[in-house]
Amino acid sequence: MAKEKKATSQVVKYNKWGYIFLIPFVVVYSIFQLIPLFTTIYNSFFENYRSGLKQVGPNFVGFENFITIFSNGDIPKYFSNTMVMWIAGFIPQIVISLILAAWFADTRLRIKASGFFKTVIYMPNLIMASAFAMLFFTLFSDIGPINSMLQQMGIISEPYKFLGHTISARTLVAFMNCLMWFGNTTILLMAGMLGIDGALFEAAQVDGATSTQVFFKITLPLLRPILVYVMITSLIGGLQMFDVPQILTNGEGNPMRSTMTMIMYLNKHLYSKNYGLGGAMSVFLFIITGILSIFVFKFSTQKEN
Amino acid sequence: MPNEEYNDVEGGLGIFARRVIAYVVLILLTFLCLFWFYLLFINSTRSHAELTRGFTLIPSKFLVKNINGVLHGTQPIFRGMLNSFIVATTASVLCVYFSAMTAYAIYVYDFKAKKAIFTFILAVMMIPTQVTALGFIKLITRIGMNDSFLPLIIPAIAAPATFYYMHQYMESALPHAIVEAARIDGSPEWKTFNSISLPIMKPAIAVQMIFCFVANWNNYFTPALVLHTDTKKTLPILIAQLRSADFLKFDMGQVYVSIALSIAPVIVVYLCLSRYIVGGVAVGSVKG
Repeated sequence: MAKEKKATSQVVKYNKWGYIFLIPFVVVYSIFQLIPLFTTIYNSFFENYRSGLKQVGPNFVGFENFITIFSNGDIPKYFSNTMVMWIAGFIPQIVISLILAAWFADTRLRIKASGFFKTVIYMPNLIMASAFAMLFFTLFSDIGPINSMLQQMGIISEPYKFLGHTISARTLVAFMNCLMWFGNTTILLMAGMLGIDGALFEAAQVDGATSTQVFFKITLPLLRPILVYVMITSLIGGLQMFDVPQILTNGEGNPMRSTMTMIMYLNKHLYSKNYGLGGAMSVFLFIITGILSIFVFKFSTQKEN
Repeated sequence: MPNEEYNDVEGGLGIFARRVIAYVVLILLTFLCLFWFYLLFINSTRSHAELTRGFTLIPSKFLVKNINGVLHGTQPIFRGMLNSFIVATTASVLCVYFSAMTAYAIYVYDFKAKKAIFTFILAVMMIPTQVTALGFIKLITRIGMNDSFLPLIIPAIAAPATFYYMHQYMESALPHAIVEAARIDGSPEWKTFNSISLPIMKPAIAVQMIFCFVANWNNYFTPALVLHTDTKKTLPILIAQLRSADFLKFDMGQVYVSIALSIAPVIVVYLCLSRYIVGGVAVGSVKG
């Protein structure tokens, strides 16, 4: 009995180290994430900005800031900009990734040099987004190589202003996002496909299914949880879209604010020290990403069991 | 199965045709991924005069001259590289070490708050740092950390995503028996973590080091809000400054070289370690 008691206290003595090892995370997270989160929420209820040299506020205004950013069209406009560019990039991204992943995972196809291809398609994901955007800006500028190439080939006679038209500016942002993320998505989906029981494919093959049938009837349904996971994480990433449009348009979101994303708007208010509207925008984003996170959380914990 | 090609089913495309399509698409995508970097390389070797004259696919011989121009130019690109390197290295070391420690605490020990803390970390994993940026800037201004590297480095200690990866890796690679054996041998907990568990975690540490380094090297949003002095700015901020209103006044050769310099280190590291990096992508999020 005494011995047993001693053993338990030994374990308890060890387990206090669990708390000790957690100290750095908890302290740093509380200071640099939790406190700022509360300050942000707190600030969203105050009128607090500079108008010329005059400082207005901080005055408590309740939900006034939230009403303002919804009613003056800022949130609807920038939310839809962000979503349009995200969807335009995500659809080709998921289609290409699904096809590539199916090819890489297909044992009958036996793609040679798949390591090389995977290395190449993943590379854009690691490139500094701001430098990549700057590169695209110079390449697609009015006097840039793309315009002079098109002119030399005789396709256009005048330089096309890629960043002067809503459709081409948004397409450029969507294209860059797609290019930067399809490799990542391919690898995630491939890992999911390799996790599917091989016996299912063999059985389908014996039953005479074509590879298209196998893809739509077996691979896709079994892949659904991972597809949802990829879509939601990509959506959360899309809501944070910033570097690419910010640098392509020099923070203006031109033409006609059509490429202005929510984070660009937030960034603008942080620079001009309009903490009221910036706070309201942050809280709005926090709520959306929080709701989306619940899905990701469910996915992660489901896997644990 | 050597004869599997004979098993290919009638009605679907033959295996040969499908293989051809696959290779054509893959080669097209490879071209789409590499083309921009090829243009970047070509344009880095050309002078401003050549660049304004039009477009070519053949490299010129002004690379060294352009690099020299950047070295003596108005934008402190090399200083920026050094700053980025300092921030990214220290942040990734802290991030990996303390994430492993946090994961170790949750994985090895049993205590009351364990489940709650684990759930909390997973729940906040996807919340972007941008939504707390306002409070973050106010905080660091109040505690006098504005315009310094510290607010870019210290928060790396608390990285839920890295923690999650480490925790998953421990589940597959660090048996509880090892920790218990160390205890029986009289090893203190602190030492068991540092000199027995960490070495076992080496592959995970290496992969996460790379990801953390790249993420910090590429980070633009937070550093742009924190750093104001020109000599303290990191690369992404300097690149963004190139795209300012007087863009047309810059020497284009130097602009391309600056972009190349900010991308090159990551590409070099990636090409050396691509196998581990590509392998590490899937593990953190999807357990096969």
